[in-house]
Amino acid sequence: MSSMTRSFFKTYFLWELLQGLRLTFRNLWVRKFTVAYPEEKTPQSPRFRGLHALRRYANGEERCIACKLCEAVCPALAITIESSTGPDGTRRTSRYDIDLFKCIYCGFCEEACPVDAIVETRIHEYHMERRGENIMSKDKLLAVGDRYEAMIAADKAADARYR
Amino acid sequence: MEALLNALPGWELLPDTVQTVGVIVAQIVPILIALTLCVAYLTYAERKVIGYIQNRIGPNRVGYKGLLQPFADVLKLMLKEVVIPTNSNRFLFVIAPLLAIIPAFATWAVIPFTENFVLADINAGLLYVLALTSVGVYGVILAGWASNSKYAFLGAMRSAAQIVAYEIAMGFALVGVLMAAGSLNLSDIVRAQAGGTLMSWFWLPLLPLFVVYFISGIAETNRAPFDVAEGESEIVAGFHVEYSGMAFAVFFLAEYANMILIAALTALFFLGGWLSPFAGLPVLGDTFLAESGFFWFALKTALFLFCFLWFRATFPRYRYDQIMRLGWKVFIPVTIIWIFVLGGMVYLEIGPWAR
Repeated sequence: MSSMTRSFFKTYFLWELLQGLRLTFRNLWVRKFTVAYPEEKTPQSPRFRGLHALRRYANGEERCIACKLCEAVCPALAITIESSTGPDGTRRTSRYDIDLFKCIYCGFCEEACPVDAIVETRIHEYHMERRGENIMSKDKLLAVGDRYEAMIAADKAADARYR
Repeated sequence: MEALLNALPGWELLPDTVQTVGVIVAQIVPILIALTLCVAYLTYAERKVIGYIQNRIGPNRVGYKGLLQPFADVLKLMLKEVVIPTNSNRFLFVIAPLLAIIPAFATWAVIPFTENFVLADINAGLLYVLALTSVGVYGVILAGWASNSKYAFLGAMRSAAQIVAYEIAMGFALVGVLMAAGSLNLSDIVRAQAGGTLMSWFWLPLLPLFVVYFISGIAETNRAPFDVAEGESEIVAGFHVEYSGMAFAVFFLAEYANMILIAALTALFFLGGWLSPFAGLPVLGDTFLAESGFFWFALKTALFLFCFLWFRATFPRYRYDQIMRLGWKVFIPVTIIWIFVLGGMVYLEIGPWAR
């Protein structure tokens, strides 16, 4: 059969269209990928970079020593730090602000921190309702750290082998 | 339905004309309500089927498995404002959706749902169907023109040219049905297919016409892959860009009612309407499967409607000149050739015409 007659029959019997239809019909019965989000969630890595937190040592002392390495490394200039001497004579931050609108969640601050003070947690379901709430002040960061310390510590321990 | 009306107190006292009108209205209303519900659930079925084909699960939030989704959509559209563009032709702008939906619903008057239930059992049923489906294009053209928008106008032009082109192929395909059945009455066309299993239906002797008719039907309703009239990537939404709220919903309703109509007509003309495919088989005896009835008509219509959705999920949109080429250079010659073949078959009394 010459190629012309073959293409004639292929065209008039809609051969390639039927092949396409067969493919879509098979996919009708394939398992679906949809995740019904609020009820079902996909697995999350311990390295997930979400909302920031400032950690404390077990005795309640702030880890952050105001070295400003995170401020220096931040590619989006989202971190603003002012330092002073604390009541016990140690070097502490008097201001530690992260602008969540500027932050690109690269995790460089966490990498740069010599005392593991600033971390990015796996929290990703948060929102702002009013102007100004995008600035995470030192109090808010510490509050997040205090509240989720167990989770943060577990995540860091899980990832420690690979660092 | 008549028995129900007769039970009404004082029904006998009404004049004959009022009684006749009452009976007809009492038949129209259930058909319209059922049709509207079918349209509502066709939109749901479309989203579900296309979702499943794309490995998603489709709407599942409103009601059990999303079954109330169509009602949520309708409620939303009813609450929205119908924006009328400043420089549009107000009268035509408002009347265009009506012109689109009235023929889509009016055609159902001659559709025989079962052997006995037809609203208007007229002898020129096929002509009536052809005439009314052609009127539907006016809604599209007027909508496009009255909107005073380039996108809407281009969409209307495209759709008008397309519908005109495919109407011819469709008409020729129906000439074949006419030759095979020997009648214009839709019930008689179905009866002409009776008397055997599914091999006696017209799809087999009229196979090329069957394919041409169904594909032309898809083009006629402006459905994918022939939906250049509303090509999102080129002309936003085509003829109904300027429509919002309920006016838009009416266009939507008309499109889906037309889909159901084409599916029902294909079932009537080529798949034997209400006839059961197992009529002759002794194995099934007298179960409902062997019995002809509305069930089979609905099933066949649903099959074609599924094909509409299936095609939409499978094929990319045709280029405009390819649509025209297919309509004029492929479908019309194919149908004409097959009409000649049919004529030969009738003359030589072979196939279904053997005596």
